Amino acid sequence: MDSREVVIEARDMVKRFGSFTANDRLNFHVYRGEIFGLLGANGAGKTTALKILCGLSKPTSGEIRVAGYSVRHNPNQIKRNIGYMSQKFSLYEDLTILENIRFFAGIYGMRRREIRKRSATMLKKLGLEHAAGRLIADLPTGWRQKLAFSIAIFHDPQIVFLDEPTGGVDPITRRQFWEMIYEAASRGITVFVTTHYMDEAEYCDRVTIMTDGQIMAIGSPAELKSAYKAESIDEVFRMLARNIE
Amino acid sequence: MNRFFGFVGKESLHIIRDLRTMMILFGIPVVQILLFGYVLTNEIKDADIAILDHSRDVVTSEITAKLLSSGYFRLAADISSTDEVEPLLRSGRVRQVIIFEPMFAARMVREGSAAVQIVADGSDANAANMVVSYATAVIGDYVSGMQEMRPGVAPVRAETRMLFNEELKSAFTFVPGTMALILMILSAMMTSVSIAREKEKGTMEVLLVSPLRPVQIVLGKVLPYVVLAFLNAVIIIVLGVLVFDMPVMGSTALLMGVTLLYISLSLSMGIMISTMARTQQTAIFISMFMLLLPVMLLSGFIFPISSMPLILQWMSKLIPATYFIVIIQNLMLKGAGIGFVWVEMVVLAGMMLLFIVVSVLKFKPRLE
Amino acid sequence: MRTILFILQKEFLQVFRNRTMLPMILLMPVVQLLVLVNAATFELKSIDMAVLDSDRSLMSHELVSRFEGSPYFKLTHLLSQGAAEAALYDNSADVVLVIPGGFERTMVREGGAPVQLLINAIDGMAAGLIDLYAGNIIAEYGSDMALGGSGDSPAGFGGLSQPDETIGQGKPDRPGGLKPALSPIEVTHRFLFNPTLKYTIYMLPGILVILVTIVGMFLTAINIVREKEQGTIEQINATPILKYQFITGKLIPFLIIALFEFALGLLAAYLLFDMPVLGSLWLVFLITFAFLLVALGLGLLLSAISSNQQQVSFTIFFFLLLFILMSGIFTPTESMPEWAQRINIINPFKYYMRALRMILLKGAGIVDVTRDLLFLGIYGSIALGVAVWRYRKVRA
Repeated sequence: MDSREVVIEARDMVKRFGSFTANDRLNFHVYRGEIFGLLGANGAGKTTALKILCGLSKPTSGEIRVAGYSVRHNPNQIKRNIGYMSQKFSLYEDLTILENIRFFAGIYGMRRREIRKRSATMLKKLGLEHAAGRLIADLPTGWRQKLAFSIAIFHDPQIVFLDEPTGGVDPITRRQFWEMIYEAASRGITVFVTTHYMDEAEYCDRVTIMTDGQIMAIGSPAELKSAYKAESIDEVFRMLARNIE
Repeated sequence: MNRFFGFVGKESLHIIRDLRTMMILFGIPVVQILLFGYVLTNEIKDADIAILDHSRDVVTSEITAKLLSSGYFRLAADISSTDEVEPLLRSGRVRQVIIFEPMFAARMVREGSAAVQIVADGSDANAANMVVSYATAVIGDYVSGMQEMRPGVAPVRAETRMLFNEELKSAFTFVPGTMALILMILSAMMTSVSIAREKEKGTMEVLLVSPLRPVQIVLGKVLPYVVLAFLNAVIIIVLGVLVFDMPVMGSTALLMGVTLLYISLSLSMGIMISTMARTQQTAIFISMFMLLLPVMLLSGFIFPISSMPLILQWMSKLIPATYFIVIIQNLMLKGAGIGFVWVEMVVLAGMMLLFIVVSVLKFKPRLE
Repeated sequence: MRTILFILQKEFLQVFRNRTMLPMILLMPVVQLLVLVNAATFELKSIDMAVLDSDRSLMSHELVSRFEGSPYFKLTHLLSQGAAEAALYDNSADVVLVIPGGFERTMVREGGAPVQLLINAIDGMAAGLIDLYAGNIIAEYGSDMALGGSGDSPAGFGGLSQPDETIGQGKPDRPGGLKPALSPIEVTHRFLFNPTLKYTIYMLPGILVILVTIVGMFLTAINIVREKEQGTIEQINATPILKYQFITGKLIPFLIIALFEFALGLLAAYLLFDMPVLGSLWLVFLITFAFLLVALGLGLLLSAISSNQQQVSFTIFFFLLLFILMSGIFTPTESMPEWAQRINIINPFKYYMRALRMILLKGAGIVDVTRDLLFLGIYGSIALGVAVWRYRKVRA
């Protein structure tokens, strides 16, 4: 029924750490331009799944393709085409805003002239044009998060992976952050985001709910709510969590 | 107080969990003491030499034999021309060349004297000095042997007694030295880095707002390391006694007490370093840089303090290891009592107090 | 290549931004070099000798005056056996000379008499030298007495720091006017490459190398681990950067810093200590470059396999201490037991130290140090290769 292009495809994705199964045969696919949410409580296996998709971690088994490449055989081809923002804040605190941009854009192979041009526009959009020379260490958390996201999509990746991007930020910044995500999606960037804030699920085109390493449900927020006859995704989640017990 | 012990427990867990670090921490003293005790010596033994014998008679071969059987020298090259001397020394294959003039024995008889020339590689001044002294002494010994055969002469003989270390074992100098060095650097680095890590991660703030008092926090961080470092010290001493036959002539209790004092001093130095360093990297660099070479070179560990220029002799008095080495040698090898080491102990205690006071002064503003 | 340049730029920025680290990296090593090098000598300049003269005769005074005349011995006089022991215990004397009562009488009657040297032997090497020096003076005194001479001859074992000096017993010009004692064997000596035996010249390259290595090795070793601890490594691992690019980008900045540091130290040594640079400066830097590849390669390797900064710094401390003390920088390596010399084959310092000193102090050419150069080159390639191999972008 769907003729859209698939950019992420996971078939029977399994990840085990010793006897512990973090990802238990996950099956899903993500279309180009979509905002795809991976929901779940802490420890449900979201971050593990995301790291496999980014080529940071090897799957135990399964056939996984991202941006047309196999994570098993071509992780470096994948990395050329994606952006990544990890759960742990990971810009260099002892470098300035501009230096961080230059460094990360540089190792993605961008030309200096282009970096200069784009960083000017980007900083202007963020309202940080006067702060370009400030150290990351001196920035408030909200700014850092927005900056980390902007740097993750600076090189125009096909897909951007965001691991709990809004952890620990205030509601206003969270809104602004989601506006930035929408804007990136409108530019054609596929967004793959994990979160444990259920209200954020409403902002996604489609969501997957994970508990204990397994996918419990998948679909658009509206589909899920009507399927489970719930008012909100939060309620859906609680029903699914209760079922397990 | 319960809270405090809980905290100490948490700190100990951190340390014990990191298996590799633990292995290194206990591996360092064992491997290094064993290796250095056996290997390090500032003596010259089996130095490679060459002999250029223009004469090849009875006397020169007797002297040659005496030189080579002395244990100091090993014949690495037998050369036949003066032109070979310099290239040979330049190549670094030998430390010195001993040259006998032609007609050596004949001249000795006819003219009453014959000449030996020693040409040494002066680039290593310390070793050159020693090999020349040894060779001269061996030849001198040969001469007095000759004279003794003359009737009616019994020259003044020095009876030498080597006190405290009869077999002149290098281990007796290097074991206390290594111990002083390892304990100081390990202790200072362990504490400063672990406190700096808490700062870097931001967990220090969490601790500071907890009901624990700052003193308790610092003590809690340090206490597990006291135990660790002390165990290390005991291992070193036991190895010294069992493997290198070092005696413990003095009181064992006093020895342990002094070791504990030295460890506490090193740890308080670590605390002081951590008040100066915001990051682990800085803490590591300060502890490595400020300590490794100065302790190694100024404490008397390798080079005798009395040989140093006066200014450096004063500087060596600022190094805690200098005192610790003296105390350890006095207690273990000389069997001296507290009467001979109390001055050094007071100095160490004073230094520790100073480090603590400085740390407290520097720590305060952070709390406001 | 471009990718590597971006890493370079970033690493330099980080190093130069840290105001606490900068002076420690750039200034401290040079200061330490210039100060500490003066400490590195075994030469016994002043030996504290306590004299217990129970005879108090003309002859015993003569013996004591021989020691007084020597520049090496600093004398104090003691009154009792107890004081002698105490002097050795509290380190106020390195050696006690005991002249027994009746010394002169025995000398006259039997033509010779014993004296006793009690030496604090805790430092075995020093004790050996003291024995040698004192023994020489006593033997010389003895043979002078035996030959009937008595005047005040200068201490005969001689200051070794003067070139071409006679060490052998007996000097012909003796004011006593008695017949000169001609020694049957005249020993002279000469020191090549460093005629005045300045020990600083030999120690400067050694200490410089230690300092440069500490800086280079710790900077590289802490570096990757720090990115691991701060989480930035994950961000980098998610980029298309290649493993060798990453390692090279981490290597070059610290290589440059270490080389700069080395040059700075060498210059200071040259200007302030007249450090000779007899061989080619190119060769000096070539071998230093090769050595730094090994040192920094090992640093990166340890960094790639360690999980926190504490762990990596203890590991490096461990290896560094072993390498330094077994390298021959301070103590002669040929006195080490055979098995230790075999272990020492893996010690990069050993090769570098030998080659560097030969080039600087003896003007050795590339032919003389080919073996060391080759070894360091191979060693460095392996260390870096393994570092690249062990650096994991993808977790299993």
